[in-house]
Formats: sequence, structure tokens, C-alpha cells
Amino acid sequence: MMKKTVGKICVNVLAWLLSLICMIPLLLILFNSLKDKNAASDMNLSLPTLPIPWENFATVIEKGKLVTSFLNSLTYSFGSVILCSVLAVMAAYVLSRNATRLNKILFMFLVLGITLPINYVALTKVMLFLHLNNTKLGIILLYAAMQLPFSVFLMHGFVARIPIELDEAAVIDGCGCVKLFFWIIMPLLRPVLATVFVLTFLNTWNEFVSPLYFLSSSDKWPMTLSVYNFFGMYFKDWNLVCADILLTSLPVILVYLLGQKYIVSGMTAGAVKG
Amino acid sequence: MQKRKTYPIWFAAGALILYTVLFVIPSIIGIGYSFTDWSAYTEELHFVGLENFKVILSPEENYRKIIGNTLLFTLVTVIFKNVLGLAMAVLLSKSVKALNFHRGVMFMPSVLSTLILGMIFSSILNPAEGLLNVFLRKVGFDFLALQWLTSPKYAFGTVMAVDIWRGTGYIMTILIAGILSISTEYYEAASIDGANGLQKFFYITLPLLLPTLATTTVLNVIYGLKVFDMIYALTNGGPGKATTEVLYTIVFKKFGTGQYAVGTALSSVMFVFMLIIGFFMIRVMTKGEVQE
Repeated sequence: MMKKTVGKICVNVLAWLLSLICMIPLLLILFNSLKDKNAASDMNLSLPTLPIPWENFATVIEKGKLVTSFLNSLTYSFGSVILCSVLAVMAAYVLSRNATRLNKILFMFLVLGITLPINYVALTKVMLFLHLNNTKLGIILLYAAMQLPFSVFLMHGFVARIPIELDEAAVIDGCGCVKLFFWIIMPLLRPVLATVFVLTFLNTWNEFVSPLYFLSSSDKWPMTLSVYNFFGMYFKDWNLVCADILLTSLPVILVYLLGQKYIVSGMTAGAVKG
Repeated sequence: MQKRKTYPIWFAAGALILYTVLFVIPSIIGIGYSFTDWSAYTEELHFVGLENFKVILSPEENYRKIIGNTLLFTLVTVIFKNVLGLAMAVLLSKSVKALNFHRGVMFMPSVLSTLILGMIFSSILNPAEGLLNVFLRKVGFDFLALQWLTSPKYAFGTVMAVDIWRGTGYIMTILIAGILSISTEYYEAASIDGANGLQKFFYITLPLLLPTLATTTVLNVIYGLKVFDMIYALTNGGPGKATTEVLYTIVFKKFGTGQYAVGTALSSVMFVFMLIIGFFMIRVMTKGEVQE
């Protein structure tokens, strides 16, 4: 009995230790964003002292042009999330329901994109040709294209679980293909749509490689890129850098906390076969 | 019911067009450009045959090292993330208090932007006043207070360690779901037969978790070969000559210096390589989907 209790304590201590290791960078950001310049210069884990210099946040919002970059990030994320979800769900639906040989090949072709690397260098040619270089629309389309393969894969498995008798009954009742999809199938796909929504949002919010290649004007930069730029200019003011990082990360943390269960179900689809 | 009418192919057209134009076509024309002298300084393109690939493979250039780095990064991170992730998953599928809290916190690093993590870690790993070295000196391990990111000797190991720190929670989350899907009856039967914890792990958990481990491995391999953000944010290929350079960082640098042809040649090599891995991976991932 004694041995069991000791074991239990050890396991719990270990879990807390691991959690702490995962949390340290976050705590570091949180604490130092609430300190003044001198106190934050060491970037240590001591607690911030009163009074809290809330003006840190006002300063970074102004100097780091956070309003513009926040709106940019919002545009890119929501634009690509909506575009990607709609295109992916429609494609996954027909490719799953009407699994002809051709459609199976098309599905493979789409899903293969999960592994393929993007040739950014050659992509510049395509973007220039389509007049998408250095445009917000270009980034939205690109993000949507990048997220499509996994989204289609995720939804394809989900569509297969909806009984096809439902479609048959609807068709017999005289339901057209568009109506059938948007009124009957789409509502049933809500959970997987939520998963794609959350995952795509997180991925696009954090992505910065495409803007690095394709957005030359800084007023179109998303938050992640402008925080990096801010860091280059104010690397001595850790309190400001931390405040900027905190504000940039807040949206993903919020979406993560709210959508946690959708993330897990999305990640484990395809990985776990019960 | 006419399938072609009920499920019209134009439903899939949008996804197929967008994906083909912005994803597939660049890769295909990229292969074409690999055989030219395309750069920021040439007006017209000339066919140069295998010249770019010769440059990539020539011993004088660093590309062999860079390809080696990419493979080493992939191998090391795959092993560590899987082993640590498995250990953590086993730990967090037991009766630990505040289970969901721990799971949530350990996944958190994968939610944050790598660029931001890179900035935070460049502070934590600062040799003089970084959090890690200050802590190590305080507890008396002065000899361990190394030049984590600035010495060519340790930089690559440090980069890999940070990436393992970031990615293990993700793998753990997948593995927890795998462990939870194993029927408890197996464990009950093993208990009746007198098996201890270690035996249960090696004879029940591990074998039944193999398919899940296969997927996490494949996911990790794909990530590792394509890694860019972590290295860009931490060392950007340095210190010294290509100590932590990997394929995607060098492609970006070639793009920056206008040597487009070499950049696209490197990308194309990777494309072909990933295409082969991709076929294997898709088979692993879609296996069993049909029976559902």
C-alpha cells in the first residue's frame, strides 16, 4: 500500500514537472510583458511587481502597428479558412460518395499534397503570372490551397460515415443535388467542419513563410511577421517584445482553448483505428 | 439514383483547380526551371542541362552537408519525439490528478507560432544571461552552461532539442488517443494472469499501438524533411558555415540572393523524394478507412 502511494506521488510530480517545462516560455512572456523595461531586461521568471505598466500594451499596439497586422492576419485566416472549408467539403463529398476509379485517383492526387513540399521559387512565377504577387487575395488563395489536402482527407473519412440511404430518400422526394448537399449533408458534417475550421485557423495564423516570399510591403504583413520585425528593432526592450508576442499569440491560444476537442479529433483521425 | 447527377463532379472542381494551380503546377514547372540558368540577373533563360544538379552534388559545395543535416534532423527528432511522446502518453493515461490540464498544457507549444518560440528561446538560451544558463549556474552545474546557439559544436543539437520540446506534446496527444482506444479487457485478462505493469506495456500497449506509431512517424518524417521555421527563427543556418542549414532554409537563401535555378533544383529533388514517401504515407493513413 505504501509503495503504491509513493508511486502515485512520483507520477503526479513528474506530470507537473513536464507541464512546467512546457509552460516556462509562456510564463516568461506573460510575466515580462507586465514589467517595466529594466525589470524585463533579464528575462527571468520573477513575478512582476506593482504597479503593472499597462502602457506596454498601448505602446506596442502603436509602435508595432498591431492594428493593421491584426486585421491582416484576420483577413488571411478567415478568408482562407472559409474558402478552404467550403471547397474541401464539396470535393470530399462527391469524391467519397461517387467513388469511381477516376474519383479515387483524384482523391489520391489531392491528398498527396499533405506530403509534398511547395516549390516557393517556382511559385513566384505562377503568382506573378496571375497578378497575385504582393496581394492579400494571393495569400488567401495560397493558404487555402496549402490546407486543402489535409482538409479533404479529414472530411472524406467523415462523409463515408453518413448513411447513403439519407441521400436516396432525399432524391426520391425530389431533392436536387445542390439542395441535398447544403440542406441535408452539410448540417451533419458540422463537427468535422469545426475541426477543419480550428486547424486551418491555427495553421494560417502562425504561417509566415508565404508572406516572407510573396508580400514585399510591410503594411500587408500578418502579425507573426510584424512581431519578428518589431523584435529586430526593439530587441533591447523585452517588456515590449513580450507584450507584442502575447497579443499576437492570444488569438491562437483562445481558439485552442475553445476548440481543443476539435483539434484532437482532427489530429487523431487517420492516426488511430479503433 | 444516378450517381453522376446526384454527386456532380463540379463540386470538386474548385478544390482541384486551386490545388493544381498553386500547388502542383509550381512543382512541375519548377522541375523544368531546374535545367535552366534562371536567376535574378538573367534576362532570358538558357537550357543548361544538369548543371544545377552538378552544383548541388559537387563536393566543394555545402549541399551534401545540408542534405545530411536535413536527414539527421529528421531522424533524431522522429526518434526522440516518438519515445518521449510515448512515455508521456503512458504517464498521462494513468490515474494522474488534473489529467486534462496536463494534456492541454503539454500540447500548448505546438499551438504557438514557431517564429515566436524562436524569439523566446533565443532569450532563454542566451549564453550570458539566458534563463537556462542562469539556472544551471545557480544549481552548480556551471560546466553545463554552454553556448547553446552560438557555438557551432552545440547549435544543431540545441535546435533539435527545441524542436523536440515543441513537437512531443503533439505526438503524445495522438498516442493518448491510441492508448485509450485499446480495450481494457486485455489489461484485465493480463492482470488475472499476473502480468506486471512493464509486461502489460510490452505485450499489450506497444503491439497494439504500432499502427498509431507508424502514423506519427510518417507525420514526423514529413515535417522534419520540410522543416524551415524553427531553424529560420533560431539560427538561420548559422553559426559558422552551414552548421544548422537544412534544405528549406537554403532554398529561401537562394531565393533571397536571386539564384533561382539552384533553389528550384533543390526544391525539385525534395519534391521527387517526398512524392515517393507520400505514396507510402497515404497508404498508411487511408488504410482501414474503407471498412468504416
